[in-house]
Amino acid sequence: MTVLKAVKSRVKHPMDNLLRMDRIPHIWCPGCGIGIAVSAFAAALDKAKIDLDKVAIVSGIGCTGRVAGYVKIDSFHTTHGRAIAFATGIKLGNPEIKVVVFSGDGDLISIGGNHFIHAARRNMDMLVICVNNFIYAMTGGQVAPTTPLKAYATTSPFGCVEPPFNIPYIADSSGAVYVARWTALHVRRLTNSLVEALNKRGFSVVEVISPCAMYYSRINRLGDGLDMMKFYHDNAEIKHGEDTKNLDIGFQTKIIVGKFVDRERPSYLESYNRWLSEMKDGTP
Amino acid sequence: MKYWRTPYDLDKIEVPKGKVHIIKDRCKGCGFCVEFCPRDVLEMSEEFNSKGYHPPRVKNPENCVNCGLCEMICPEFAIWSTAKGEKEGKGGQQVPRGNKG
Repeated sequence: MTVLKAVKSRVKHPMDNLLRMDRIPHIWCPGCGIGIAVSAFAAALDKAKIDLDKVAIVSGIGCTGRVAGYVKIDSFHTTHGRAIAFATGIKLGNPEIKVVVFSGDGDLISIGGNHFIHAARRNMDMLVICVNNFIYAMTGGQVAPTTPLKAYATTSPFGCVEPPFNIPYIADSSGAVYVARWTALHVRRLTNSLVEALNKRGFSVVEVISPCAMYYSRINRLGDGLDMMKFYHDNAEIKHGEDTKNLDIGFQTKIIVGKFVDRERPSYLESYNRWLSEMKDGTP
Repeated sequence: MKYWRTPYDLDKIEVPKGKVHIIKDRCKGCGFCVEFCPRDVLEMSEEFNSKGYHPPRVKNPENCVNCGLCEMICPEFAIWSTAKGEKEGKGGQQVPRGNKG
């Protein structure tokens, strides 16, 4: 009905051309930050002036996994955790395509954790946008590998006892060439970061900290999405080039954001092609 | 606009003026645009939309400077602003994003 009305009155949002309007309104809860990440990504695609026929977007399972269904470019919704594996296949099959993996922390870092570190090790040429909401939201608020110590979840009724992963640190130590972290509040900086990462050759990781109004903040009594955004406003600290070891996120502690790593390494296809031509020259 | 010191080029620089557009029925009432608008243009309205949420309403239309933060921060793609000087022949639309129809 919403869509019908919008069509009838011929009112069009500037981003409507990048979205599958027959699927909007999306399923994300009021106060969720994933829609903001999608806006920033759409704005970044526009700003980077990339041909939309040369972009493919892959996502896994979960709340953020729905992104592939809402963005009007070539997209694929893969099985749980296998988004990076599928994206590797696309890149090797057609190296001209810019592959973007858009998925959540539970999908990329826990179930797909192995694919994540190995794609970073090989330096596969792709952009990974990891929306981190600290919890498995779609399945009912279970503990994720990014849930901070002492935070409550439906499967940790006395507080989480497992130390969480530090996503920029894993990405950096496994060999990613571009690592940044922003919150859903830093939309402009996030957009600029995504433009930079889209133009980068190699494995780029952008972590987006997003409020989860229905699970993480409800179980932990942190208010709604707006309260989480106000918390980011007061507690996010921008430190470009910070050592990724210092980027742990505790329960309601300061969040350090910024661009941490920007370096050059030969991507997988470049090193593979060089190796092939050396083999052809007959120098074993 | 109030300045703490008068800029030297105040007469040369034109402060842009914007117009806010809201698709009320897409809104889920999260309040991000109202809270983070740097010029305090919006407020939550009392009316309900078709989903039962309170959409935002333009409170101070003359304050809008077309910064576009509301468009970026809206998770529902429901609000945007256009420059006021633009021709409104196409329903006051901005140039749509993306080069594919």
